[in-house]
Amino acid sequence: MRAVLNVIKRELLIAMRRKSDILNPLWFLLIVITLFPLALGPEPELLARVAPGVLWVAALLSSLLSLERLFRDDYLDGSLEQLLLSGHPLAALSLAKIVAHWLLTALPLLLLSPLFAVLLGLSMPIFKATFLTLLIGTPVLSLIGGVGVALTVGLRRGGVLLSLLVLPLFIPVLIFATSAIEAASFGLPYAGHLAIMGAIAMLTLCFAPFATASALRVSMS
Amino acid sequence: MWKWLHPYAKPEASFRLAGAFVPWFTALAVLCLSVGTVWGLLFAPSDYQQGDSFRIIYVHVPAAILSMGAYLTMAIAGFIALVWQIKQSEIFVAAVAPIGAGFTFIALLTGAAWGKPMWGTWWVWDARLTSELILLFLYLGVIALYNAFDDKALAGRSASILSLVGVINLPIIHYSVEWWNTLHQGASITKFAKPSIDSAMLWPLLLNIVGFGAFLGALSLVRFRTELLKREQRRPWVRQLLLGTGEA
Repeated sequence: MRAVLNVIKRELLIAMRRKSDILNPLWFLLIVITLFPLALGPEPELLARVAPGVLWVAALLSSLLSLERLFRDDYLDGSLEQLLLSGHPLAALSLAKIVAHWLLTALPLLLLSPLFAVLLGLSMPIFKATFLTLLIGTPVLSLIGGVGVALTVGLRRGGVLLSLLVLPLFIPVLIFATSAIEAASFGLPYAGHLAIMGAIAMLTLCFAPFATASALRVSMS
Repeated sequence: MWKWLHPYAKPEASFRLAGAFVPWFTALAVLCLSVGTVWGLLFAPSDYQQGDSFRIIYVHVPAAILSMGAYLTMAIAGFIALVWQIKQSEIFVAAVAPIGAGFTFIALLTGAAWGKPMWGTWWVWDARLTSELILLFLYLGVIALYNAFDDKALAGRSASILSLVGVINLPIIHYSVEWWNTLHQGASITKFAKPSIDSAMLWPLLLNIVGFGAFLGALSLVRFRTELLKREQRRPWVRQLLLGTGEA
């Protein structure tokens, strides 16, 4: 437990010293969201119709951008090897890294989501649904992404490959999130969608750290 | 059982075993596929609604079933490779993946060709079509990951992990798209209910499913043997085999 907290603390410290790593994906998200009204036309009805999907696809892409730094730097400077040798269970340590990654990438996104909602003209109930789906869905993205990064960390050009591996696995979260938001926009209850997303989150929380750990062991051997 | 299985952990033993199975699978595949296809395409009665265009079922359904079956096979092989650290199993994962991707592609292609006259469109974002497409993406991911590594031992283990992650996700993906949108008709054959297809049409279909399965088996064993030879090319048994001094 102590080791887990230490890993999280270390990650946060490193990120605070290199803020651009955190800020760049958020810029990216903002720019992508700006592109959609420019490409589709600025009519408020149209935007309100596509906004949840736009927000979610943009969140997926920006989380993909920031995923690589989950293990890449540690792999290059050798500290990943030290974590492997430290004697603590590797699954717990990788979970710690994933938690830190979520705190650094998804949490700012959640905090900024009111801004995106204003940009895309979301109404209050729809924004609430969007926020809740992002809150439950982003940990799944980080967890599944962790497996993908662990598999590709030893490769020189893993970036494109990472997105090929990980994006199909993101699909269920995307579907349930957008259908929850859709239900909210018709004024229907969407607790069921959120419950399924929560179940998916629990399932990935159970399996993903172990898959990440075994993938890391393969990549480091 | 382990005592009986262990000799096959030796590469040359599994190479020979795979070689012994190939002709049987090939014969079964040729037999079933030729009988089933000829029967299905020429002699089975045509559908009262769809006319003759329903006959694509004899390629489409076996390919679709086996595309999922191949993924399951790959994931089981991946599980064996990771848990019992059997190298041949990793090689088998790599051997099956492109064939499964091919079957998935055939299922998508024949489905599109059938959908044009029947539904009036090549492609709809329907649940089954979408999950088959995602299955293709998962296969391509495994293949791409395997090819990205120079060290094939690492490649095999990574591909095994990915295939396992994929197989856990596959039912989730399947049901999520099912709830999302569906237009495709229900399954024509299930184990538990009386099939909703006439037996005159069903028999050639079953023959073709068995034939496709045997075809998958034969192809993947051939690929497995080739891959094994490539992986073991510096070993004395491969040299002996290639120089013709040993028996294979």
